[in-house]
Amino acid sequence: MYHNYDAVVIGGGGAGLMSAIQLSPKGSTAVLSKLHPMRSHTGAAQGGIGAALGNLEEDLWEWHMFDTVKGGDYLVDQDAAEIMAQDAIEAVYDLEHWGLPFDRTADGKIAQRPFGGHTRDYGKGIVRRACYAADRTGHMILQTLYQRAIRNRVDFFDEFQVVDICIEGGACHGVVAYEIATGELHTFRAKAVIVATGGFGRMFRVTSNAYSFTGDGQAMVYRKGLPLEDMEFFQFHPTGIRKMGILITEAVRGEGGILVNGQGERFMERYSPNLLDLAPRDVVSRAIHKEVLAGRGIDGKEYVHLDASHLGRDVVATKLPDIQDFCRTYLGIDPAVDPIPVEPTAHYAMGGIPTDVDGQVLADETNRPVPGFYAAGECACVSVHGANRLGSNSLLELMVFGRRAGRHMAEHIVQTDFLELKTGPEERMREELDRLLAGTGSENAAGLRKELREVMMNKVGVLREQKTLDEAVEAVRELKDRYRNVGLQDKGRTFNMELLVALELGYLLDLAEVTALSAAARHESRGAHTREDYPDRDDENWLKHTLAFRTDGGVTLKYKPVNVSFFEPKPRTY
Amino acid sequence: MDVKLRIKRFDPERDDKPHWQEYTVPAEPTDRVLDALLQIKGYQDGTLALRRSCAHGVCGSCAMRINHLNRLACKTLVKDVKQPIVIEPLKGLPVIKDLVVDMEPFFEKFRIVKPFLVNDETPPPTEWRQSIEERARFDDTTKCILCASCTTSCPSFWTNSEYLGPASLVQAHRFIFDTRDRAAAERLDILNAREGVWRCRTIFNCVEACPREINITKAIGQIKKALVYNRF
Repeated sequence: MYHNYDAVVIGGGGAGLMSAIQLSPKGSTAVLSKLHPMRSHTGAAQGGIGAALGNLEEDLWEWHMFDTVKGGDYLVDQDAAEIMAQDAIEAVYDLEHWGLPFDRTADGKIAQRPFGGHTRDYGKGIVRRACYAADRTGHMILQTLYQRAIRNRVDFFDEFQVVDICIEGGACHGVVAYEIATGELHTFRAKAVIVATGGFGRMFRVTSNAYSFTGDGQAMVYRKGLPLEDMEFFQFHPTGIRKMGILITEAVRGEGGILVNGQGERFMERYSPNLLDLAPRDVVSRAIHKEVLAGRGIDGKEYVHLDASHLGRDVVATKLPDIQDFCRTYLGIDPAVDPIPVEPTAHYAMGGIPTDVDGQVLADETNRPVPGFYAAGECACVSVHGANRLGSNSLLELMVFGRRAGRHMAEHIVQTDFLELKTGPEERMREELDRLLAGTGSENAAGLRKELREVMMNKVGVLREQKTLDEAVEAVRELKDRYRNVGLQDKGRTFNMELLVALELGYLLDLAEVTALSAAARHESRGAHTREDYPDRDDENWLKHTLAFRTDGGVTLKYKPVNVSFFEPKPRTY
Repeated sequence: MDVKLRIKRFDPERDDKPHWQEYTVPAEPTDRVLDALLQIKGYQDGTLALRRSCAHGVCGSCAMRINHLNRLACKTLVKDVKQPIVIEPLKGLPVIKDLVVDMEPFFEKFRIVKPFLVNDETPPPTEWRQSIEERARFDDTTKCILCASCTTSCPSFWTNSEYLGPASLVQAHRFIFDTRDRAAAERLDILNAREGVWRCRTIFNCVEACPREINITKAIGQIKKALVYNRF
């Protein structure tokens, strides 16, 4: 089946919906999501969205920009950080005007709370910058955007899995999508396409990420010969529920919660004397890891305690109600009374599809844009997070760059015509899907995925070294070989989730290879990428972005410079 | 431990009518029912169809009937339910396959109540002011994740699928009592219609079913009051 739309948005989360809201008054807009948009992972974000509103104390966007650059260990493109910190304020007010039910201050303004790495006056102390709605800020953002998109009469194609992006003659002019309910393939011709498909934390054993976070957009782009940027930088959030990985928001520490080791010590005093428990996530995750390795985990085990029991029942019940609910449901404890057992959980991809500040996808190390092709949100790399993202900057990135990309696309669609599609872009995909469906191979997708998650967790985790990274690359390649022999039991066309899970596994394997290889090549420690064999940051050789291209021989790595036009890189202490 | 599940299956490509199938899988007592279902799907029977995403109760994908009550499979622990765990799709929506129902009739009713802020005044340069007390009036109904557990547990909805259902009423409540919204009267008119708020017989199934612990019946009561006294 054929469809014509001025613009196609792949993904119904924060970035996708925000771009659709910008686009819909200017041209016909379709949002294609493999889930119903309300199931998107933006809804799982908890603690807040950063913006220097200064509602409770003085705050400046310049300070926010600085914190973002330093938090990213100076791998941040500073022109992008400048735009994000500046646009943040307007973006948050937009959300409020569209109905977002922020918590309120005593004088009726948007409430703000402290978050890790956010400081006043260039690092002098903690500042309240994260705007929040209890501990379900992401849920409220997703709801508000979806409501607004309905009001704008955006066309939704729910449970449509995009399986191919049509790029010909160096420009993008449509997508092919698989309708999950029927097994039918659809071709969407479009003047502009944006990828907003989220992250890929599902390649790690312990993760806060939804099952759907399998990097589909990044992998499809990579398979088109376009690069992926800085894939070695993957954030482990310090406080996931032990073993399950379920996110316990940084807002617990923002509200005053502290981390305690097996000896009852507030160990962050040793690692971050200034910001303590509100140091950036990479610092805290490393600290937990080191405590555990030194035998100072709880009962000598692999976790520590996050203690919020001194905050009082009222604060927990009103500011952190979902956290209380998760703890009761999954741990049988009440965080207003008992400490929460936590360990670092794979949380966020700093790397992704390289874009400029208007969301245009960049094709190479010279930053050549691909006309009509955009990306925003976690799947993109602008790069505002550099080597480590600050908490509350991801929801912000969705809003700021989803908006900018949508606006740029809106201009693009009035200036261009539809390109003629070559015949049958569906046919190639039909063949590939039929081949997967017909597969009688002996390999089981669930088993392969489990092996992949073990490899990535154990060898490409918080602390890394050459030997284990090289082993990870080899192990992933072996899994890729075995993946060719995957067999499916479900041969049907109706809601065949087994087929989709197999496709997703293929995407994850490609991205795992790129992640491990990019990490193996970077011989320094920066942000979330910690090398035990190269413990220091090396600006002389490594102040540069990695670009990974898919080539016949496997993966080719190239590099491009970082924009450091405002803040000179300095040693990063907190 | 081993866990026994009894699952209602239906594949429109193969079956004329639904049938039951039993499975036994290894699980920890603290595992989610969702874990057990995915263990089946991954290692025993790849043809089993279900929706899932976040796996911790915030996305609303995996609402289903577990031992005859609407639950999120990701928020129900194996140790808390009797075996064999009886699993069925939500009641009152057309089944697409196995545990996957067609949600469109549900979302159609959601859209009827104008589920978005209506206010065409020029906004201030910063935020609209709203007191903590004003914000608290609709806090409970902002928690809704549109999982459909409430609506598909409602006997009034089962007997009359035209009824807007509790979830739509929750969405309407969320805007009617928001000081920034200007369409309360319009929404109340919609809810005052034959298939609107008066179909609620205060049976409380929705409150029992809601995985977000929203006091839905209370919210519906506030809507009824607003209609009767023309105050909101």
